[in-house]
Amino acid sequence: MAQQILLNNIEVPGLASFDVYRKLGGYTSVEKTLKNFTPDEVTAEVKKSGLRGRGGAGFPAGMKWGFIDKSTNNPRYFVCNFDESEPGTFKDRHIGQLNPHQLIEGMILGSYALGARTSYIYIRGELFYVLRIIEKAIEEAYANGFLGENILGSGYSLDLYCQPGGGAYICGEETALIESLEGKRGNPRIKPPFPAIVGLYDCPTVVNNVETISALPWIMNNGADAYSAIGIANSKGTKLISACGHINKPGIYEIELGLPVEEFIYSDQYCGGIRNGNKLKAVVAGGSSVPILPAELILKTAKGEPRLMSYESLAEGGFETGTMLGSGGFIVMDDTTCIVKNLLTFARFYHHESCGQCSPCREGTGWMEKILQRIEDGRGTMKDIDLLVGISKHIEGNTICPLGDAAAWPVASAVRHFRQEFEDHVKLQKCPLSK
Amino acid sequence: MSLIKVTIDNIEVEVEPGTTILNAARKIGGAVVPPTMCYYSKLEGSGGKCRSCLVKVAQGSTKDPRPMPKLVASCRTAVMDGMVVQNITSPEVMENRRAITEFLLLNHPLDCPVCDQAGECHLQDLSYEHGLVDTETVEERRTFAPIDIGDKIKLHMNRCILCYRCVMVANQLTDQRVHGVLGRGDHSEISTFITRAIDNDFSGNMIDVCPVGALTDKTFRFKSRVWFTKPFDAHRDCPKCSGKVVLWKKGDEILRVTGRKDKYGELEDFICNDCRFEHKENSDWVIEGPRKIERHSVISQNHYETEVRNRSNQSQ
Amino acid sequence: MQNTKNTTEFNSETLELVNKIIRRYPKGRQKSALLPVLHIAQSENSGWLSSEVMDYVASLLEIQPIEVYEVASFYSMFNLQPVGNCVIEVCQTGPCWLKGSEELLAHFEKKLGIKPGETTADGRFTIKTVECLAACGNAPVIQVGTEYHENMTNEKADELLSKWTAENKCSHTNPYL
Repeated sequence: MAQQILLNNIEVPGLASFDVYRKLGGYTSVEKTLKNFTPDEVTAEVKKSGLRGRGGAGFPAGMKWGFIDKSTNNPRYFVCNFDESEPGTFKDRHIGQLNPHQLIEGMILGSYALGARTSYIYIRGELFYVLRIIEKAIEEAYANGFLGENILGSGYSLDLYCQPGGGAYICGEETALIESLEGKRGNPRIKPPFPAIVGLYDCPTVVNNVETISALPWIMNNGADAYSAIGIANSKGTKLISACGHINKPGIYEIELGLPVEEFIYSDQYCGGIRNGNKLKAVVAGGSSVPILPAELILKTAKGEPRLMSYESLAEGGFETGTMLGSGGFIVMDDTTCIVKNLLTFARFYHHESCGQCSPCREGTGWMEKILQRIEDGRGTMKDIDLLVGISKHIEGNTICPLGDAAAWPVASAVRHFRQEFEDHVKLQKCPLSK
Repeated sequence: MSLIKVTIDNIEVEVEPGTTILNAARKIGGAVVPPTMCYYSKLEGSGGKCRSCLVKVAQGSTKDPRPMPKLVASCRTAVMDGMVVQNITSPEVMENRRAITEFLLLNHPLDCPVCDQAGECHLQDLSYEHGLVDTETVEERRTFAPIDIGDKIKLHMNRCILCYRCVMVANQLTDQRVHGVLGRGDHSEISTFITRAIDNDFSGNMIDVCPVGALTDKTFRFKSRVWFTKPFDAHRDCPKCSGKVVLWKKGDEILRVTGRKDKYGELEDFICNDCRFEHKENSDWVIEGPRKIERHSVISQNHYETEVRNRSNQSQ
Repeated sequence: MQNTKNTTEFNSETLELVNKIIRRYPKGRQKSALLPVLHIAQSENSGWLSSEVMDYVASLLEIQPIEVYEVASFYSMFNLQPVGNCVIEVCQTGPCWLKGSEELLAHFEKKLGIKPGETTADGRFTIKTVECLAACGNAPVIQVGTEYHENMTNEKADELLSKWTAENKCSHTNPYL
């Protein structure tokens, strides 16, 4: 069994209540940290741990904290990104629903390190029932002196609130999230300036993912070295993988980074193999935006080495033959799956979620959806396939925020690895897999 | 403060720190100036959205000479000392600008023959300079019915490219904004949501800042093609604004009043609705003389510089 | 009959909740409360936001009505047209599609005799398609009010529909309560 940092005790009944959580050692990291660490020492510890942002980008968390502007007297804000909505990703909900105090504990540590006196958890509006669980846990934390004025007599005070979104994937982009938290449309801001300098209410702000924040208590309790001892290369610690699709055991698994992909898919400890004994066709390994890989390239790199669940190994081969760890949304498709149709649902998703601010994404996402619909329906032409790739290339890198890339990569990679299937749709004038 | 040096398309220029690449290029002038469909120097926070001004930064600065990994919006990127920028000298930039133009045209109705903006439309200029002649989009366009927003302004949402300039005008020039961008993605629209007149002294500037024919002057509607009218600088004593305008005349008749625009199509001064809509008599104005329109649009040229030819083979 | 009743103004209890939410943000930043307050307003007004309701929210938060319209029309959870008593939101993105969301949606359509975006003649049910609800491991997934129903099957759909019909299910309840 892999080291369980995020899912430790997750099956204990009543874990969401303060008493149960506390009895299992909860909030000890706050006691320890407020007593023994200065805020900058906390940041140093997180830097040393090698913890990377778990929302998808994998940016080193401690380094991000290091960018925050502490030179002015402006308030600073620490914000939790709980806008989980990348297709295939459903790990944060698990934490929020079953172990909200771990997230709150992490929020206290991060807020202390950054010098934030007010912090927010921005949760997607669809998850209101999880918001209610977290708000209840926050109340308990206040009642027990872990939030509010002068926490544990340390002189440090923190207020923590939850804010629901309104249904917009784009608010997972940190500057769109900040706009939304300010009560505006979720239009990503043009960067620079970055939130660490100009963020929420124009004040220095750090936005971190739920999973990233939830790892902080363990790191502060056990030390950076213990955390960085887990994992492989620059992929330190554990990662939640939310596995779905055509596998026998969909669910949320905490793995030590470096686990072979093959073991993850076929071991009974994890996905338990492909349903009905079918053949594996393709995997989207890190949420819908990362490049799709055919079975042979997800199990082994182009060089023939076993592919591992790590930032580096999944990216091995670049976009030609590799992909990304992303958010850990692991979507598995068996050989009954139409790649074109699956891609069409992704394209529809990105079209639906584009904020509409910048022209390549606003226009390009809808265009790609239309073309894919045409191909899937058997009305496409060979030229459409190249047009699709051309559009994706012209969106990629040209947009205000990464949603453009997220929309472009699945398209480019699906055509790259499954071109024959697109051509078959055109030649047969229908989906070859349709009944 | 000491000036910093930046090179754009092999031309060196010295600018104040904090200057954007676009404004540095404008300081050089001519062909190296990237096109702008959303940036407007007089509107705070404008720019960054249309992506038509994307350029390549081949060298970040003298201190950190690494190139920037992606094309950057020149209107929102500050120059650094020793920065090397490629605009028209970069095939990558030109290729992407062509693509951006195509994106902007994807949902734009090609109704130029009945559009009052024709002749002074920035999207026309952009398409002429960067578009493909043989684009083959077969997609249906999104459509909205034209609406009146107030008795003087017509909104053709079909033509809008969502530059947000008119929203910024309302935010920055008037006390009460009643219109905005509604909806999301390619369903976004400029609207008041419920029929509400945009009624304040400076609302007419929305017409002048609109890069396309989405917001047009109802008092000029279908009266003439702009290139058949002659522009004159004129002024009057106005208690509300500078009173400095351009009169667009056909014969002796004033068909339209607009603000004075510079060579990038930006207003020199915002003018009030009184001057714009209510003073169409020659006796209302002190006429200074004919205005030279510096933008190389059809208004000033009245002819095409080069033969329109099929450029598709160049863009492959 | 579609329920289009609009009481618009909040009762004192709801106002208290709204004021509590406003206090979570710095002074002068009460606009931050817009999304939470819109959720409450929608739940209290038959599941949709009329312009009167939005104008009322604008007055509560001391902002311009257009600022509310812009936001309400941006986020997909807000309905700007009347909806049925019970809104069934069916996820249709990749992972749910892989596990049969299309068949599930077709089943709801057939059972209720309506298409996505439509409301049954008796005003009881509306079907809405939505994008990823982030519960892909238990696909296919639907949402009704603040409830998720996961690992959906046609049989489960039938059971739920009978139950909801019997209890005259209303999905518009204050999400904070």
